Amino acid sequence: MSGGRWRPFWPLAVLLLLLVVPRLDVRLPVLFDGALNSPGNLHLLAVGFAYGIAALSYNLLFGYTGVLSFGHALFFGAGVYLPTIALREWEWGLVPAIAFAIVAGLLLAAAVGAVSFRTHGVYFAMVTLAFAQAGAVLVGKNVGDLTGGEEGLSLPFRQLPNWMVGVVNTENLYWLALAVLIVVYALALRLVTSPTGAVWQGIRENEGRVEMLGLRPYGFKLLAFVISSGLATVAGIVYLFLIGSATPRAVSAEFTVTLLLMVIIGGSGSLWGPIAGAVLYYYLDERLNVWAASDAVADLPAVLREPLRDPLFVFGVIFVLLVLFFPRGLAGATFGRRLGPLQRAVGRAAPAPGIAHEGDLPR
Amino acid sequence: MSTIILLTLTGLALAAMYFLLAAGLSLIFGLMDVLNFAHGAFFTWGAYAAWWTIGEVSSGPRGSTLGFLLGIVAATVLVGAMAAAVEIGLLRPLYRRPIYQILVTLGVGLALAQLTSVIWRPDARPFPQPGWLASTSTVFGARVPNNRFLLIAAAVAVLAGLLLFLRKTRYGLIVRAGAENREMVQALGIDVDRAFTLVFALGGALAGLGGAFGAAYFGAINPGLGSANLIFAFIVVVIGGLGSVSGSALAAVVIGLAQQFGNYYTTWAGDFIVVLLLAAVLLLRPRGLLGTLR
Repeated sequence: MSGGRWRPFWPLAVLLLLLVVPRLDVRLPVLFDGALNSPGNLHLLAVGFAYGIAALSYNLLFGYTGVLSFGHALFFGAGVYLPTIALREWEWGLVPAIAFAIVAGLLLAAAVGAVSFRTHGVYFAMVTLAFAQAGAVLVGKNVGDLTGGEEGLSLPFRQLPNWMVGVVNTENLYWLALAVLIVVYALALRLVTSPTGAVWQGIRENEGRVEMLGLRPYGFKLLAFVISSGLATVAGIVYLFLIGSATPRAVSAEFTVTLLLMVIIGGSGSLWGPIAGAVLYYYLDERLNVWAASDAVADLPAVLREPLRDPLFVFGVIFVLLVLFFPRGLAGATFGRRLGPLQRAVGRAAPAPGIAHEGDLPR
Repeated sequence: MSTIILLTLTGLALAAMYFLLAAGLSLIFGLMDVLNFAHGAFFTWGAYAAWWTIGEVSSGPRGSTLGFLLGIVAATVLVGAMAAAVEIGLLRPLYRRPIYQILVTLGVGLALAQLTSVIWRPDARPFPQPGWLASTSTVFGARVPNNRFLLIAAAVAVLAGLLLFLRKTRYGLIVRAGAENREMVQALGIDVDRAFTLVFALGGALAGLGGAFGAAYFGAINPGLGSANLIFAFIVVVIGGLGSVSGSALAAVVIGLAQQFGNYYTTWAGDFIVVLLLAAVLLLRPRGLLGTLR
């Protein structure tokens, strides 16, 4: 790509495009059904934005602090389930229900993080997996008769303001999702360029050296965890209003893995990469079925046609090919920046403070 | 009393299934530093391979004994070959880059598990078992399905075989030495890469075997079978100590019994206790029950 000095501006161009999408009455055959600004397509993009917020929040932890958590779905799930329960069971108003979910999500994150950060690396990943799995069990088995078990819960639409309900108001939800995405992006940008963000990236590169400088990595990691989890809760709330129901998938370990895929496909070295990865993921998830039904694919022999119909299968294959042949992700960050976090996470033992270990070698 | 015996034997059978999954995971991590996320898909494929073979060989709704035995062989061989192919084709180009390898197993696991859903549809299928396997035996007043005993016996045999392999054979020596210090083993002129393929294929074959027995244990199969059990297998591996086969066996027994007894009293208590146990072990003894600190 030529014109490197234009690089900083093209995310702005994408943003402008997203701002005019609801007014664009154009048809993009194959890519989108019907007009681009039809409710179906706006909804598709809006859910992509909600996933984008979740992937961005995951990347604050994974890409910027170098912490691999398998428990992120717990906090996304809190954003999906807590407002639903507050609205349905306790018949709270919308604003208190949202505030409750965010506060509860932050407190939960503080508690889980405070305990889990006593371990490192792959063990941290496993402790967080355990906490998230505990949450998934409570939700899936319908403990206390609050969560609706495997069936999930639908949002009580009568308690929502009119502008949020119904197909005709999809555009409003699009604006809501886009607005939250922009605010969260700005907040994340502010954070990663702040002194605290610098310490996070220092921990990612070498936790021992940060400690040598007289800073306690524990507090900084915990802060990253709480902020990242709180943003995941926000993503869950946005997702809830778009989908209209809470289902156990939102709390599952599979969902955390999905976030990890989105982040890696997009590239963990940038803030916008994971958002692009998330939107692409959801877009493919929705569109592959449509493409599989098209004439071009219907003429293929069943051996090819049937697997192509299945989004998860195609995604798995794309992911493997990407890792094998195109390992930098969409955002194309350097090898070290992209995989440093995982490197540390799966490294054998916790690095002894201040002592060089395998991961310290110059790349 | 009979309830306690039933719960104990069923819990041990569950432990046996977790062990068959966890032993391979633990060996692979010990030697290659790879958390193998494709292991759940291997388990699922073992279940489907056994189910398909039984259906082809037996006539009538009940599976025949021959069909069941062939199913077990098919599951072990097919999944072992599948794992070897994954290792040689996809992991070998990425040697010395365990992060990429983990990511590849994540994608492979997703695609392979989903392939069963593409081929055989996502719905659950009943698993036909020969009559003697599905019927029960009475032990001190408790009526226990026979497939539980078979599963326990298979896991004990696998444990004994693995320990013999690791302690008495040349390859076992290479695997143990490689887990301890890979560079040193290489420096002595030994081809560690072949040990990688061997361990990965062995782990896959055990997961396939576990899938075949797991299908009999649950009585039905579906594409999500493996991923549902993979989480518990990871928990078993971590509690037992990464890289330790006997640790995995011990942890599997603890987890299987805790889960079975807990779930008997309320539907969720067992699963909940298991994850609390994991958190407790990791915080109090991070190396696991029998793992060595590395």
